[in-house]
Amino acid sequence: MSRREQTAVPEARFTSYYERPIIKPPTWKMPDVPAYLFLGGVAGTSASLAALADLTGRPALTRVGRLGAALGASLGVGALIHDLGRPSRFLNMLRVFKPTSPLSVGSWILAPFGFLASVSAASEVTGVLPAAGRAAGIGAGVLGPAVSTYTAVLLADTAVPSWHAAYPELPFLFAGSALTSGGGLGVLTVPPAQAGPARRTALAGAVMELAASQRVDQRLGVEGEPYRTGKSAVLLNAGRVLTLAGSAFAVLGPRSRLAGRLAGGAMLAAGICTRLGVFTAGMASAKDPKYTVVPQRERANR
Amino acid sequence: MIEVGQRRMLPMADGHASYPQPQPRVGFFTDTSVCIGCKACEVACKEWNGVPTDVIGSLTGESYDNTSALGANAWRHVAFIEQRVPARQTDPQSPALQPGADGDGLRWLMSSDVCKHCTHAACLDVCPTGSLFRTEFGTVVVQEDICNGCGYCVPACPYGVIDQRPDDGRVFKCTLCYDRLRDGLEPACAKACPTDSIQFGPVDELRERAGQRVAQLHHGGVDEARLYGHDPADGVGGDGAFFLLLDEPEAYGLPPDPVVTTRDLPSMWRHAAAAAVAFAAVVAGSFLGRQPK
Amino acid sequence: MGTSFGRGGATTFPGDLVNSDVIVIEGSNMAECHPVAFQWVVEAKQRGTKVIHVDPRFTRTSALADRYVPLRAGTDIAFLGGLIHHVLENELDFRDYVLNYTNAAALLREDFQDTEELGGLFSGWNPETGSYDPMSWQYEGAFESPAAGQRDQWDAHHEAGGAESAGSGGAAGALGAKPERDETLQHPRTVYQTLRRHFARYTPEFVEQVCGIPRDTVVEIAETLARNSGRDRTGAFVYSVGWTQHTVGVQYIRTAAILQALLGNVGRPGGGILALRGHASIQGSTDIPTLFNLLPGYIPMPHAHQHEDLEGYVEADAGKTGFWGEMRSYVVSLLKSWWGDAASADNDFCFDYLPRVTGDHSSYPTVRDQIDGIVKGYFLVGENPAVGSANGKMQRLGLANLDWLVVRDLALIESATFWKDGPEIETGELATDAIKTEVFFLPAAAHTEKDGTFTNTQRLLQWHHKAVEPPGDCRSDLWFYYHLGRIIRAKLAGSTDEMDRPLLDLTWDYPTEGPVAEPAADAVLREINGTDAAGKALPGYTALKDDGTTRCGCWIYSGVYADEQNHADDRQPRGEQSWVAPGWGWAWPMNRRILYNRASADPDGKPWSERKAYVWWDEEQGSWTGHDVPDFQADKRPDYEPPPDARSVAAIGGADPFIMQTDGKAWLFVPAGLADGPMPTHFEPEESPFENLLYPEQHANPARQRFDRPVNRYNPVGSEVYPFVFTTYRLTEHHTAGGMSRWVAVLSELQPEFFCEVSPELAHERGLENGGWATIVSARTAIEARVLVSDRVRPLRIAGRIVHQIGMPYHWGGNGLVTGDPANDLIGVSTDPNAHIQESKVGTCDIIPGRRPRGSALVEFVAAYRHRAGVADGTESMVASGLTSDVAAARRRKEQR
Ligand SMILES: Nc1nc2c(c(=O)[nH]1)N[C@H]1C(S)=C(S)[C@@H](COP(=O)(O)OP(=O)(O)OC[C@H]3O[C@@H](n4cnc5c(=O)[nH]c(N)nc54)[C@H](O)[C@@H]3O)O[C@H]1N2
Ligand SMILES: Nc1nc2c(c(=O)[nH]1)N[C@H]1C(S)=C(S)[C@@H](COP(=O)(O)OP(=O)(O)OC[C@H]3O[C@@H](n4cnc5c(=O)[nH]c(N)nc54)[C@H](O)[C@@H]3O)O[C@H]1N2
Ligand code: SF4
Ligand code: SF4
Ligand code: SF4
Ligand code: SF4
Ligand code: SF4
Ligand SMILES: [Mo]
Repeated sequence: MSRREQTAVPEARFTSYYERPIIKPPTWKMPDVPAYLFLGGVAGTSASLAALADLTGRPALTRVGRLGAALGASLGVGALIHDLGRPSRFLNMLRVFKPTSPLSVGSWILAPFGFLASVSAASEVTGVLPAAGRAAGIGAGVLGPAVSTYTAVLLADTAVPSWHAAYPELPFLFAGSALTSGGGLGVLTVPPAQAGPARRTALAGAVMELAASQRVDQRLGVEGEPYRTGKSAVLLNAGRVLTLAGSAFAVLGPRSRLAGRLAGGAMLAAGICTRLGVFTAGMASAKDPKYTVVPQRERANR
Repeated sequence: MIEVGQRRMLPMADGHASYPQPQPRVGFFTDTSVCIGCKACEVACKEWNGVPTDVIGSLTGESYDNTSALGANAWRHVAFIEQRVPARQTDPQSPALQPGADGDGLRWLMSSDVCKHCTHAACLDVCPTGSLFRTEFGTVVVQEDICNGCGYCVPACPYGVIDQRPDDGRVFKCTLCYDRLRDGLEPACAKACPTDSIQFGPVDELRERAGQRVAQLHHGGVDEARLYGHDPADGVGGDGAFFLLLDEPEAYGLPPDPVVTTRDLPSMWRHAAAAAVAFAAVVAGSFLGRQPK
Repeated sequence: MGTSFGRGGATTFPGDLVNSDVIVIEGSNMAECHPVAFQWVVEAKQRGTKVIHVDPRFTRTSALADRYVPLRAGTDIAFLGGLIHHVLENELDFRDYVLNYTNAAALLREDFQDTEELGGLFSGWNPETGSYDPMSWQYEGAFESPAAGQRDQWDAHHEAGGAESAGSGGAAGALGAKPERDETLQHPRTVYQTLRRHFARYTPEFVEQVCGIPRDTVVEIAETLARNSGRDRTGAFVYSVGWTQHTVGVQYIRTAAILQALLGNVGRPGGGILALRGHASIQGSTDIPTLFNLLPGYIPMPHAHQHEDLEGYVEADAGKTGFWGEMRSYVVSLLKSWWGDAASADNDFCFDYLPRVTGDHSSYPTVRDQIDGIVKGYFLVGENPAVGSANGKMQRLGLANLDWLVVRDLALIESATFWKDGPEIETGELATDAIKTEVFFLPAAAHTEKDGTFTNTQRLLQWHHKAVEPPGDCRSDLWFYYHLGRIIRAKLAGSTDEMDRPLLDLTWDYPTEGPVAEPAADAVLREINGTDAAGKALPGYTALKDDGTTRCGCWIYSGVYADEQNHADDRQPRGEQSWVAPGWGWAWPMNRRILYNRASADPDGKPWSERKAYVWWDEEQGSWTGHDVPDFQADKRPDYEPPPDARSVAAIGGADPFIMQTDGKAWLFVPAGLADGPMPTHFEPEESPFENLLYPEQHANPARQRFDRPVNRYNPVGSEVYPFVFTTYRLTEHHTAGGMSRWVAVLSELQPEFFCEVSPELAHERGLENGGWATIVSARTAIEARVLVSDRVRPLRIAGRIVHQIGMPYHWGGNGLVTGDPANDLIGVSTDPNAHIQESKVGTCDIIPGRRPRGSALVEFVAAYRHRAGVADGTESMVASGLTSDVAAARRRKEQR
């Protein structure tokens, strides 16, 4: 039966089977998976910041970064395991290495990252084996960029219309968002004197993130709709506003502790909203056959 | 994985050739023009494979379909579509075949859907544990003891076939009766189908037969008959289980032009790499400038 | 079909449909109810056969047909009569066939009067008894003794098969001499001309008015059939209970038989009438009957008063000509099989031991007698009348008025639990502690859990082997009856009471095996096949003797165990034998697959055409040969002329294919064997929104059987209160009254709820919503169902008025995994006078949105409707057991009016 009889939305002219979705929406649970995306981003950025802060002698930033990385990583993996149901099941991820599976690749990135981040954090807290801590920290820092971007591929490499269609932008959106929230963590917690790199990271990230999401809105056709409408639109816009606000505080009050707190808080919140927004947009596009049928029909008719 | 793109040219299902002695690739040709909607295939599948019976729901009100969709507990699904069509005068002289046509402006389409056992199976590609694998028959099967319930295969499937059992977390779908194939038996659903709407056999033979059947129907004036999923050059490299339809695929709840998501994976990784580099540059760059005293 | 052709079985087999040039499926939803047999229709279609489906609803069968023709339920005789009209008026009949193989040329008696002359009645109507005296239906100059068919009209089972078993005996209508004939067919009293006059008013316009089928369509279908019949082409008809469940059910099939005979489509490949049977072995249950009035092989049950001794009985029933002429051999062999050595020539082979019928003991009268307290005990073995039989309330009231009830079933069906959770308990019409019926439930083994045979649609016996052990206390029916008999005989052992002799003299010595002493089904089959004096298995029924030297449990099955082999178990693969597949199972009679197949050759014994060659005369061998076992004496020459004094088989000429018939012809006009007329006539159903356009003074079949009593009131004709037509039917996903599907999860989930199918127009008119609830009301009760709004159900324009039809599957009841109201509770009982099948295919009702009232409110709700419709009150006062039978008989006579 056809939508035509149902509603008179002209651009939504397409046929479906009793309005049922064609693909199966991801079984990933809320908020586990969005949380995992967000925490991973924070952890990755923190690790990279920590490594360089360590090398450039910024102890406060180093400390925050190392702890942030370890905490983000372990909470992220925690969220993932919760989504899987049983902890033992996570180990199956490491049975094989499959380049065709972003989740496999991701697991192989996340596992060592989590380990190194924890080691460096441990030595940071206890003060023992500083050399090993530094080495581990640098290792984690090097993995940081991968940790914060592979999740974009994880989402894009599905039949979910709004995720797959956005695969060129998603990595930049996620990287940007990661930099903003990760940097934000620094700005939030580190004394302004040492927070410079974190602030600059966050600001650059903000630019990257906003540019990427701008491009998603402009380039994508009907698959872009879910980003622009409904719950996800609200979340994404909230993310944008918070990002801008955070950036504003960061720029205007570089020396102010309060401004820093506000900026960092806003940036972290922005990160959460953005990941939630992208997640819900994908879900919405999976549940409505329109987003599967219309683009494919156009392609088929071409 | 760069070969994902090139692999589409391979005649064989991915990985299938790498078996020491691969069997001819087998699959289904489902000729929906002779389906009578008896659901024997659904029942046979459940009986043979011990698929649990869903909590018995209430009437869907969607024609005679109370199964609604493929899923973890529905490896076969018979779709029922009632359509008003322009009245078609059948010439009593010619013994023309006119499936579904009653010469009175009404037709009732029935079609038994199943896992397509894609040549390039997204579910298999994205499975991180190797639970999903390609059998010596070129089919795609879940190993229940290895599946960890990550659910990645679920949104990866362009046909919405494979799904999770909520109670258990793991995913399930048609195995093309792997156990029966190994014993040289034909799959339970095909065996049960009274009208041979479900035809089982080597995929090449089936493609040939399908071609002839469409020609026959077209000759009989059934111009709307078309094949779906038979073409090795399509977005999934052709389906191991393909169909003869009498309307657009989407009318049956099938995607009009599915593409295996991993076809774009190389490009995805390239973009991710670029983003990672940018990421690194940003972090590094943010440390330039004067050191704190 | 028995009355038309001589035997009560489908004339052909499903696989033969691939040879048809056109297939008309009417009164059957073949794809949904016979999916496996339907594969042949699909194959035929791919070979270019044209498939036509005529049905009130667009079904899964219609979906595969080339042409779908909707009609108003209950009007098929008008439609088929229209086709006959067109064929006769345009002389499209297959003349060579009609002249030689049918009774078209026979002359009728002068005193015969047609319905056209008597306003809907044939000559011989007796208003006192409400029945016909068929004397005036005879051929000119051919005297006929009372036909077995007449007595057979007390036929029971509400089964598709029942219809035929009724007619089958009709063949025994024994003609003393050959009738006078007019080969030119011009004489006004020829059957041919009589038919023409009878159907003269069945014009396409008339059909349109009655059935709602456009006149052009009628002509188109008639032309298509005619074009696809003749020497070179054949067409087949397929029907099932869409035809039999009417007060004129048998005459529906008669109409098709006339049409097929006129078109020369009987006994030829791709032709015939395929009666699709019901339960996997329902054909078997009429061959070796569960019917009160038949003995195995369609031998009529002796009547208490008319049949004092064997001679008189055989004299009365045996056709003097045709194969029924051998009836004495069949009966004596049966008696020998049952009473063995105790049966001898000097004691009339224990003929006295046979029970006698005293009247109509068929199922619905029996239920009435339960309510009247005449029937006190009841066995329900493989039947669920509380859901499956018309007027569920009447059924349950009957069961509730028994002393004892034994139910043997796979599941705890409604008929076994009515006393605690039946609908009448909810409404307060019955109270559990007031019901004195003692109910015994005995779990039964299913067919997968025991050895035995199925006899299916094409009279094919197929052996099934036990696949799994029956669970728990479940036992096979064979086990139950064998041991029941064994124990009773043990208790009676040594008795000198004459009354006990029949039981004590029975041959009851079956080998048993296993821990539960299961009798060997194989031994029973061998006993049915029969043995000769030396105890060797008989080769077939032609070997039966009337001197007591042979034993045979069922003459038509004789040969199934020929050469000491269980041929029901023959399993030759399709690839390794001819398309007729004689090596798969065994078909009665004598493994013949197409009956009357001598008609596939012309009078000289040559095939009518190469394309349709099937059985022919081989001059060299001096015998009949072909693809099938000839349904004819193998060595009888085509030019054989029976001498005037010839009796029995010898009286059948070499060009007379219908060997069971006394004159060897297919009967276009039935001089004997039918209770409601020699020719089919359009009558409206018991309940209809319309008057009878043809005979205003005779609304419905005058000879039908009514049960007009409080529990079974009828909706008035043309009532505004019950304006809609409904029909009931099956779904592929369920089985009949549900005992085999509502307890099975994989089936139940496929059709989880009872629903009704309505057109968008009716839904709009009555405010019904797809997926919502509706309440459907008749004079009996009101039931609720989910609503399926579908274009597949369409309003029809009848006599210038729009009539809406409502469809309802009848599978649901109160027990099982999925439950719902039984559609049968809506239906009133009135039956066909020949087969006594209830009219469950058409009735009238009202439909309103929402669920039905509960409890006593329901009773008041229905009463209010009755009141508005001017129908008498509907509360039954059950008579306590012990009512004398003549009182009941009086009431019965009153009801018949
Ligand atoms: N899946 C399944 N198969 C079955 C059964 C089952 O319960 N389930 N039951 C078995 C049994 S016991 C039997 S007897 C057979 C019955 O087999 P069928 O007779 O094919 O089954 P029904 O659905 O009862 O009726 C057939 C059709 O008759 C139509 N009909 C109703 N009234 C009229 C009428 O007045 N004229 C015409 N032309 N058509 C009419 C109905 O719309 C219906 O589509 O099926 C057997 N097979
Ligand atoms: N309204 C309406 N009413 C109808 C019809 C209709 O079309 N419309 N159709 C009529 C027809 S054609 C039929 S056949 C009847 C069917 O009506 P019923 O025969 O009363 O109903 P079934 O459910 O077939 O009953 C068969 C029972 O036998 C049990 N059974 C199965 N195998 C065995 C066995 O081996 N041994 C024993 N002891 N029991 C067994 C099953 O569990 C089931 O409960 O319904 C009739 N009633
Ligand atoms: S249809 Fe879906 S589940 Fe089946 S093989 Fe293809 S991708 Fe995998
Ligand atoms: S859910 Fe199981 S089968 Fe699917 S991708 Fe994950 S591990 Fe593989
Ligand atoms: S092939 Fe086997 S598993 Fe697959 S649908 Fe058919 S019966 Fe079920
Ligand atoms: S078994 Fe065959 S005919 Fe029946 S629904 Fe399945 S595919 Fe269709
Ligand atoms: S259930 Fe038995 S009788 Fe019915 S269609 Fe299947 S095989 Fe034939
Ligand atoms: Mo039946």
